[in-house]
Parts: sequence; C-alpha cells; structure tokens
Amino acid sequence: MNQPALIMVLWAAPLVTVLWSLLVRRAMGWVNLLSALVCFPVSVLLLVSADTPHIWFDRMLYVDRIGAWVLMCVAVVYLLSSFFALDYMRHGEDARRLPNFYALFALFAWTMFAAPMANMIGVYWIGIELTTLVSTFLVGYERRAESMEAAWKYIIIVSGGISIALLGTVLLYWGGTFVLGPTYTLDWSTLDAIAPRMPTVLLQLGFLLALVGYGVKAGLAPMHTWLPDAHSEAPAPVSAMLSGALLNCAMLGIVRFLAATDIAGHGAWPHRVLIALGVVSLIVGALFIMRQRGLKRMLAYSSVEHMGVIALGFGFGGVLGVFGALYHMLNHSINKTLMFIGAGSAVHRYGTHDIEQMRDVPAAMPGVAWLWLAGAVAITGAPPFGLFRSELSVLMAGWQGSGTRWVAILFLLLLIVIFVGFLNHFRLMYARPATTPPSGPLPGLMTWIPMLLAVAALLVLGLWWPPLFTQWFGQIAHSLGAAS
Amino acid sequence: MPMVALHFTPLLASIFSLIVIGALVLAFVMLGSRWLRDYMVAFAVQSWLIAILSALMGWAGGYTELYFVAALTALFRGLVLPLMLLWVLKRLHVNRELHEIVQPATALVLGAVLVIFAVIVAYRIGHAVNIETRVVLLALTVMLAIKLIGFLMLTIRREAVSSILGILMLENGIFLGSQILVPGMPLMIELVLLFDLLVAVTCFAVLVRYLMASVGATGSHALQKLVG
Repeated sequence: MNQPALIMVLWAAPLVTVLWSLLVRRAMGWVNLLSALVCFPVSVLLLVSADTPHIWFDRMLYVDRIGAWVLMCVAVVYLLSSFFALDYMRHGEDARRLPNFYALFALFAWTMFAAPMANMIGVYWIGIELTTLVSTFLVGYERRAESMEAAWKYIIIVSGGISIALLGTVLLYWGGTFVLGPTYTLDWSTLDAIAPRMPTVLLQLGFLLALVGYGVKAGLAPMHTWLPDAHSEAPAPVSAMLSGALLNCAMLGIVRFLAATDIAGHGAWPHRVLIALGVVSLIVGALFIMRQRGLKRMLAYSSVEHMGVIALGFGFGGVLGVFGALYHMLNHSINKTLMFIGAGSAVHRYGTHDIEQMRDVPAAMPGVAWLWLAGAVAITGAPPFGLFRSELSVLMAGWQGSGTRWVAILFLLLLIVIFVGFLNHFRLMYARPATTPPSGPLPGLMTWIPMLLAVAALLVLGLWWPPLFTQWFGQIAHSLGAAS
Repeated sequence: MPMVALHFTPLLASIFSLIVIGALVLAFVMLGSRWLRDYMVAFAVQSWLIAILSALMGWAGGYTELYFVAALTALFRGLVLPLMLLWVLKRLHVNRELHEIVQPATALVLGAVLVIFAVIVAYRIGHAVNIETRVVLLALTVMLAIKLIGFLMLTIRREAVSSILGILMLENGIFLGSQILVPGMPLMIELVLLFDLLVAVTCFAVLVRYLMASVGATGSHALQKLVG
C-alpha cells in the first residue's frame, strides 16, 4: 500500500481543519469531525501496511508497527472526542472563540500524528514539546482562574521535565560519536545499531534521563503532578485527547529507548526501573482515586494508574508483557475517552465538578448513564471488557517473569483497591437520591454516538482477540527484542 | 578517537574554559540576586557567551553551521527574549522576588553543593569513557551544574518570570555543553533554539491571560487552588 500517500492524508486532514476554522469560521465542528472520520481509516490502513519499518521523506519520518499502533490509538481518540466536541462545545459561553478552539483541537491532533512518526530522536523531542505548546492553550481555553493555573503548571512542569530528556539525547549523541565520528544523524534505527558499541555509562545515563524526561509527559508517578490539574481543567473533549492519546505518544519514546538498552544487552535493570515507576504510579493512582472529590481529577488519577499498567507491561517484557501493554494502550484510549465524555456531560448537567453533588445520575442522564457505568466497570478491569484481557496479560507476564512475582501480587492487590475505590464513587453518584434536580443541558445525539461506539468496541475487544493483533504484537515484540 | 575536542590548541582550550566558567558564574549571579532585572541581564550575557562559544567552535572545528547557530542564539536568546521579558516586567510592575522561600545567600550555598555534585558526576563519566581533556570535563560539569541550578531556581523562586527564566536556563546549560561535546549535531540545536522561543511566547501568552483572569498576582504562591 502507498504509505507516503496515507501519511499525507493523515497530516492534511487536521491541517485543513485548522485552516478552515481560522479562515471560514463556520461549521468547524463538522469539518473537524469529517477530518477525524478520514483519519481513523487511514491510520488503520497505515497500521496494516506497516509490515516492515519504512523511512520516508528524506529520512525524516519513520513508520513501524508500534509507531503505527500509537497513531491508530490517537486516531480513535480523535474520532470519538470529535463527535463529543460538537455536543460539548455547544454549551460554551463564548461562541466567538469556537473557531480558535477547533483550530487548536485539530492542530493538537496533528502534533500527535506527527510526533510518533519522527525518525530523528531530536525531532521526536521537538514533536513531543509541540504537543505541549498546542495543548497548553486548550487546557487554559475556558479562561477561568483554575484553568489558567492548570495551564501554567502544565507548561512549566512539562517543559522543565522534558528538557531532562534533551540532556539524555545529547549524552546519547555524544556516546554515538565514539562509534560513528563527530557528525552523524541520530535516528531510532541508528540508536539501536550503535547502542551495543557506545560507552556503557552514556547509554545508561541517556536512558535514565530520557525515561524521567518522557516519563513526565507520560504521566508516570512521581512526575505526574501536572496531569490531574490539566486533565480536570481542560474542556472534556481535550481531557480525553490528553489522557487517551497524548500519554501514549510519550510512552512510545520510553519504549524505544528501552529497546535500545535491550539490544545493547544491559539486561534487567532498565526494566526494573520502569517497573518501579509503574508500581509507584499504581500506588499514587489508587490512593488518590480513593479519596477524590473532583470527578475529572479522579479520571486523571485513573490515567496515572493505567500508564502505570502499561509501564509494568513493557517493564515485565517478554511476549506476554508487550502484548498486554500494547493491547492496554488501545483499550485505555477507548475507555478513557468514554469516561471523559460521560464526565463532561455530567459536569454540564450538574454544573459542578464535585462528585458529592452529583446524585441520582440515572435519572439525570437517562440512557447515557448506563453507558457511562459500563465504562466505569470496564476501566476498573472487570470482565467482559477489553481492559480485563490486557491487565490479565500484564499480570501473567509479571507472574512468569524472573523475580517479578511479588510485583504481580502487589499489582493485583492495587487493582482490587482501585476497583473498590473507583466503583464506590459511582455507587454513590448513582444510588444517592437527588436533593435538587439538575438543570444543565441533557446529553445530545453526538454524546450518544461516541459512547455507544466505545462501549461496543470495548465489548468486542474483551470477548474476541483479533488474530491480526497477535501477528502485529508478535512483530513488535520481536522488534523490541522481547521475543523469546 | 574521533573527538574534535581533542584537537584544541592550548589557547583555544583556555578561551573555551574561560567562557564556560563565565557562564557558570552568571548562573550564580541569577541565583544570588533577588532583582528580576538582574536575572534578565545575566541571562542575556550568558546567551551571548554561548553564542561566542558557538562561533569559535565553528571556526576551530570547521563547522560552518555553527555560525548560523551563533547568530540565532545571540539574536533570540541574547536579545529578543530578554527584551520581551523586560516588556512583561514593565506591564506587571514587579521588580523583585517578594516571597523568598530560600534566602539568596542560602541559595548560593545550595548552588555550590550542586556544582560539587556535578563535578563528581562529570569526572566519573569522564573516567568511564576515558577522557582526560580538561575542556570536555569542564563543559560536562558546567552543563550538569547549570541544569541543576536551573531546577533549583524553578524550585525556590516564585515569580512567574523567574520560572520562565529557569526553564530557559535549563536549556542554556544543554546548549553550552553540546557545543563542546557534540558540535556535530547543529541542525537539531537550531530547531530547538527556535522552538524555545515558541515555548517562551506561549508562557507569556498564558501568563498575560492568567493575569486577566485573576488580577494582580504573578507569584506561584497564588497558584494553589488545584491540589489533591
């Protein structure tokens, strides 16, 4: 299949939306939805056609299976949240700023289609930083004092953090000069090639610095501090994009650096570091979910938790771990988008973020409430939904791994804690009788469609593991050096 | 070993060392002052030093792209950014840090501790990769030290403008080190340079909007609504 053409379409669609929003300033939501409807099948085609890694456009772009997988996750979230944006943004206060919103929204999607494709490590760094720049404006879009505070913390913490990854990149480049001479191009395949021959200390330092730097962006605890603020204060469709799509883009970088240390034969310690971050993320997620009062903050901590699960999957490694982590990326993307759509509707309906004040949800949002509840059950990892499968796979990888059995046990305990904590909030929201009926707008058709799609997808992914996935994940596991 | 740094003449090596140490001293100037205008001047001079270093490196190593990098550094980081920050300061009517978490004197001591840590790390790395060239070790030390001091600034200073400068200083450290360690990767540095300008502009935009939303406060102590 013609990959360059697919890449062009994938990039052109959101950029056309940006131009349309800024110039025409009418029907932006629909154009944006159209762009998302184009991007999703294109990303699937790109994934299908990524049999062997390809380098395109003067060595600038690199499309391999795992990169295409992340791109597809981005496209899924972009599609679902573009539906929802039509409904959600209708209730905003200031209709004159809507063109800016859609321009930024589509541009944000474009940056996330660009970063995972970057071939040079420095350009990948720039791509990730670009996602921050664009999304800062989206986080602060509502211009309340709280959302400006969240935007400020977001850009300062993430820019500071990601500069650590730049230091790591410089050290890795320096390490490469011992192998290839003073001038060369540091791209992903070069890194894999020179990793075994560069000075050990530089590879180790480079990996650790990159892990911490991109870990800030991926929301791994204890570098997650920007995440609850940004996710809770952004408009709900943006929260979904931040949580479902952006975090994966940063995780991709971590996985590629991890693969380089594997190829260089550094053994288990880089995996141990990643596992440690994963466990801390799960603990932080569990504790803050239990005692959370803000609805979207709770979902944000759930993102920290799920990034921890993905980190554990790649950390445990092996075929099972990689399978679980990749499957979890997709499941989490779909499920978290579903949750934020529900949360956005609830926030509009009740006019508050406070869980305490949301009572008798089934009466307040007939129908939608049950889809949302299904999502809540799914996100805690209960069967028969997709996350059950992926978490089980990660769990088994830990159980079978050498010396990671106690981590697997801890993982299981934390999952149970989160299950209880998360669903307890939902029990209270659904069962407590309402004191005053909510007066906000009811969810419309454009809320129904993405929620139905998401629940259906999660059910399908839970009941049936597509055989093609096995083949793809096998290839990815092999390329990451995890296949036994 | 194909390291360009190994072929420095003694004179060049001395000049490089001088510039690198000058940049470190300027980092301490920022750390020891509480006047925002001082930060700005120190940052501008630090950027100019880095620009001179790039140009010299380009001349000594035959990397013509580095002249371009030098011009960009001098223009953007040495001129445009400080002027923009001064403009913001005038609009905000803030002259100095009002709420110090740590006294400047204490901050200087902390900075010194960080430099010692950076020296230890740099010498260990140098030992592990078999490099005894003074300039390279010095560059590595100062790169790590400026980075750490930048994070220290971010931690102990509360004015929003100081945070922006802290972030910019983090990257100054990396530029400085990378000129000497990896002069062969300029394309990326150019991109990053331009990119930083974007970051800073974004910061300003957010800042100004924040001020519109909640009048009068530019210290991060006012940003404590979102917790838990």
